[in-house]
Amino acid sequence: MTILNFNLNSIQYWQTLPPDWPGEFWWHWLVFTVIIIGFVLLLVMGFIYIERRGMGRMQARLGPNRTGPFGLLQPVADAIKILLKEDIVPTKADKLVHWLAPVIAFAPVLMVFAVVPFQNGAVLADLNIGILYVVAISSVTTVGIFMAGWGSSNKYSLLGAMRSVAAVVSYEIPLVLTIASVVLIVGSLSLNQIVLAQDIPFILLQPLGFLLYFIAGCAEINRSPFDLFEADSEIVAGFHTEYSGMKFALFYLAEYAEALAISAIITTLFLAGWRGPLLPPWLWFTLKVIIVFFVMVWTRTTLPRVRIDQLMALAWKFLLPLALINLLITGIEVLTLPAALPWVMILANFAIMVLLVLLWSKFFRLGGGRVEV
Amino acid sequence: MKFERYGIGIAKGLRVTIKHLFHHPVTVQYPEQRLNPSRRTRGNELIWDRTKCTGCATCAKTCPQGVIKIITSVSTEENKYVVEKFEVDTGYCIFCGLCVEACPYEALFMGYAYERAKYRRGELVQANEMLGASPERRPSGYMHPEIAAQLPRQTLLLERITEEE
Repeated sequence: MTILNFNLNSIQYWQTLPPDWPGEFWWHWLVFTVIIIGFVLLLVMGFIYIERRGMGRMQARLGPNRTGPFGLLQPVADAIKILLKEDIVPTKADKLVHWLAPVIAFAPVLMVFAVVPFQNGAVLADLNIGILYVVAISSVTTVGIFMAGWGSSNKYSLLGAMRSVAAVVSYEIPLVLTIASVVLIVGSLSLNQIVLAQDIPFILLQPLGFLLYFIAGCAEINRSPFDLFEADSEIVAGFHTEYSGMKFALFYLAEYAEALAISAIITTLFLAGWRGPLLPPWLWFTLKVIIVFFVMVWTRTTLPRVRIDQLMALAWKFLLPLALINLLITGIEVLTLPAALPWVMILANFAIMVLLVLLWSKFFRLGGGRVEV
Repeated sequence: MKFERYGIGIAKGLRVTIKHLFHHPVTVQYPEQRLNPSRRTRGNELIWDRTKCTGCATCAKTCPQGVIKIITSVSTEENKYVVEKFEVDTGYCIFCGLCVEACPYEALFMGYAYERAKYRRGELVQANEMLGASPERRPSGYMHPEIAAQLPRQTLLLERITEEE
């Protein structure tokens, strides 16, 4: 399985608990839960800052700069403003569903971080099905979003929610297929082990996989240019049209936490996770996450929103075939190439990526004439 | 071989946005920073010079809105018109500048200021001494190159100049 000299003997991936850890499991659980919640909340605030300032500068604006030095307290001000707002529930809303939706949308995002390693062995739970767990749990968010759309009893909410479900179901497939090709190289589903296997970051071994994962990931978490579930010029605010106050804050938080989750998984799968010279591992991890998020902001500023038929066509006609071919090629390479020659694989994969993207762009067509969605 | 349909547009777009990231932002933070308006701007209020005005009422005739009201009386000892009342309802003024262009004695000027908002509608009707020039009400260089020469240069956003008052 291991085509690269991964040197699995030196890997001590059962280091999840130091031997002298007091209280064993529950202390471990408590400490890591606190770390994860702190990490997510802190980075979400950082992300909001990066997004608003970075996007502002890319559009030749300044971005928010009134609250605190360099506008650093803007996320705090936003949060306070949102929390002080009245919580309005529509009369005809399905009250229970409306109330439950933000929780169901947010909780799974937090749960994703349970298996993301911050440094070697520093995970809440080093599941041996880690990446499968991530895929499964991150899909639950969609249920929350659909509940929000349904429970609001508002046509715009429902439209946004239906778009969301359609898109997430479509984009899950290329997403999982690219994950599968990474797993094929490593031979393990555990995220910690995937990181340990990356002597060479997988972005080099799997350039096409990275590209596909990035696009599909952006689509899955409603990042622009695929943000048509909350396209404000078409359907007000999509599924959270009828939300205000604390519930809206949860959706807002979930949106950025999802972006953080996808950035963290991209970092883990393709950018060698916490590995890096000099700096401490957790810092490397955070830095890489921020860089990935910055690229998301960058694409968001650059690209206009796609139409719903373009979104679907991209998923089924572009990403899915490429992901399948990528999986096939990776499988062949893993079987045939000798372990000592990663550079052959890198060069071959880059060539294949360029070729495939050019080829598929040539044949990529949207449905002719009227498109019914 | 043209690469227009192969994602090269996205690459170009990404280059533009990343370039902007390192450019100077063009935002002017208004209350703290102000731009100098054009030296020939037709700013907010008319400025009237009583000493030069002869009460000929050319301005009132050219005004397309009929905003200028001028009442004169004859002074027999000086043998000329005396302006008793020169009133402009700024609320109706469209800042076309025709009165300034028409004035044969260069007694009328467009204003240079742009922050002359009022709280009451009645305050928009200005008469006599209220129309004189003052530090807040500088005349603009519109139709008057000699005034324009003394005003500061207009700041352009491109030049990254933001003048502070």
